[in-house]
Amino acid sequence: MRKSLLALTAGLLLAGSVSAASAADKLKVGFIYLGPVGDLGWTYQHEQGRLALVKELGDKIETTTLENVPEGPDAERAIEQLVRAGNKLIFTTSFGYMDPTLKVAKKYPNVHFEHATGYKRDKNMSTYSAKWYQGRYIQGLIAAKMSKSGVLGYIGSFPIPEVVSGINATMLAAQTINPNIKVKIIWANTWFDPGKEADAAKALIDQGADVIMQHTDSPAAMQIASERGKLAFGQDSEMIKFGPKTQLTSILDTWGPYYIERVKAELAGTWKSEDTWGGLDSHMFAMAPYTNMPDDVKKMAEDAQAAITAGKLHPFKCPVIGQDGKEVECKGGANLADGQILGMNFYVKGIDDKLPGK
Amino acid sequence: MQLVLEKRAERSNTIALVSPLIAIGLTIVTMTILFAILGKNPLLALHAYFVAPLTDGYSLQEIAVKATPLVMIAIGLSLCYLANAWNIGAEGQFLIGAVAGSWVAVKTQGTDAGAWVLPAMLVLAAAAGALYALIPAICKVKFGASEILTSLMLVYVADLFLDYLVRGPWRDPHGFNFPTTAEFDPVATVPLLIEGGRLHLGSIIALLVVAVAAILLGRTIKGFEIRVVGAAPRAARFGGFNANQLIILTFAVSGALAGLAGIIEVAGPVGHLQPGISPGYGFTAIIVAFLGRLNPLGILIAGLFLALTFIGGEQAQIAMKIPLDVTKVFQGILLFYVLACDSLILYRFKVVFPNRQVARGTH
Repeated sequence: MRKSLLALTAGLLLAGSVSAASAADKLKVGFIYLGPVGDLGWTYQHEQGRLALVKELGDKIETTTLENVPEGPDAERAIEQLVRAGNKLIFTTSFGYMDPTLKVAKKYPNVHFEHATGYKRDKNMSTYSAKWYQGRYIQGLIAAKMSKSGVLGYIGSFPIPEVVSGINATMLAAQTINPNIKVKIIWANTWFDPGKEADAAKALIDQGADVIMQHTDSPAAMQIASERGKLAFGQDSEMIKFGPKTQLTSILDTWGPYYIERVKAELAGTWKSEDTWGGLDSHMFAMAPYTNMPDDVKKMAEDAQAAITAGKLHPFKCPVIGQDGKEVECKGGANLADGQILGMNFYVKGIDDKLPGK
Repeated sequence: MQLVLEKRAERSNTIALVSPLIAIGLTIVTMTILFAILGKNPLLALHAYFVAPLTDGYSLQEIAVKATPLVMIAIGLSLCYLANAWNIGAEGQFLIGAVAGSWVAVKTQGTDAGAWVLPAMLVLAAAAGALYALIPAICKVKFGASEILTSLMLVYVADLFLDYLVRGPWRDPHGFNFPTTAEFDPVATVPLLIEGGRLHLGSIIALLVVAVAAILLGRTIKGFEIRVVGAAPRAARFGGFNANQLIILTFAVSGALAGLAGIIEVAGPVGHLQPGISPGYGFTAIIVAFLGRLNPLGILIAGLFLALTFIGGEQAQIAMKIPLDVTKVFQGILLFYVLACDSLILYRFKVVFPNRQVARGTH
């Protein structure tokens, strides 16, 4: 019995190594996820991107994912595990993986890394992110048109530049429709916590907000707005099924085209370290259908989207007036420079709130 | 016919020795069935979990790195639990230690401060952890407040305090508002033991802590006191042992160890202070303490074993495409069987026939 068990084990191990050998000529591509793939938000969209990649190049590559990797000491190990398993191109899909990715990248110069939403790069480490503020601008226009109370509710995650620039873009857009528009901001201090997000939405509605916008990942706020008969915008993914009469539109992260492009470059041997910050024109994100609004508002939104895509409309067109009433230095010619948006650490005029940590 | 659990007259030493083996055996059987249902090869899966991580130097280092904070915290907790003092807030003491030690690192950043920085960080972290643990201990002794509740609630206070610091005063000025301090200077980081690996001095410190705890509990009067106060409070009082004093002492020691583990984690594998430095080490360590039967050597083995399941779980995700949820189920089943089998040390199964006068035991 024991002998046969040993033989069986040996046979199985051998079978395993044979199948590994046949997979060896395929490029191995690894993904590190922050949440579970079923979070219906951030991680879900990255998983959709990976699936698009597999659909396109599945015969040439083999993908591996590690999900629920915390942004602490475990991240470095998880990334290194993927390297040691033979992955040659690794996507680390959350800001908190920046330093761990850099550490592993320095250790394995022959492996290529792609880090989402960070700002540290290396010879073998690219960064990629999207100009979501463009989508926020369109949302700001819609919100100002649709709000009866003139008060918008905004659920922030963390006061980092990406979120701050989103709030500013929203307000700059809304002010072109209604100069007296107000925004109430609640910092949830989390990316994903349905309970907290729901509480924030309730508090904002109680303070008079009738359009809820969020920079957190769960559909909880959408559900609350739906229950209370208010309007809301989705985040990261299509959330219309959580508020069929509530969702105005949603910023959809569409990573697929970027993943396909980068993997093709890796296969062709032309991969190099880059800083990709794409907008509507490069399909780094998309807008969900404009719903629950009159036709004129829908047309306005579509026109704005077309103008931004064509490069005719820039949300941070100079002059931009800061919260203190002073004009913000314009470093990018006609518009604020990319660097000023990527490091945005101020509110624009008309936001009646204090930026945390300022 | 009925199956009941009957308390044994005395604990069974045979079962105490074989119960972990029975537990592992039952886990393997259960997981084999589960893997088979999932359509994964059970032998390869078990190999990925248990054998593969033990066969290369890299994974062994990672197991040690993962086990280091768990073992250090669990040793401190075991002293508390043996003395019947219920410190549930090691997570908070861990975070406060990390904060206190980081204070030195942040304040000396970019200066030419010398080799004293790291030792100062370690000492300060241990002191802060101890002081933080003394809050629930003193509330217990002076006012009779439940140390379980107070120590647990102080976890959230520590968590939010750390959060405030890295978002406000200690935020990296070049970090685009992201909630983290700048990377610590080399003098403020825990030295690595092996070039190119992640094994660090903290693992040696953890081993020393295990050795000292073993000597303390096995060879000293204080250790005897701790055990007597916990096991037989009345006898301890007759013996002139001061239970309150022991609550204070064990809380302080366990707080100090948790704080030390905190700064070692921050100044070692992480390299800077940020939210989320602990994936719940302070709570997982409670499991490690009990899995190790509150015995220093047992805790060392339990800590390494739990670390193995983490590393193995990752390798199974990579090699076999087994979802993370299965790893969690696996860990849960393992703990369930270990605790279930442990109950056989003090209890035994007995078959009862309600219709007859004679109840027949299994032996």
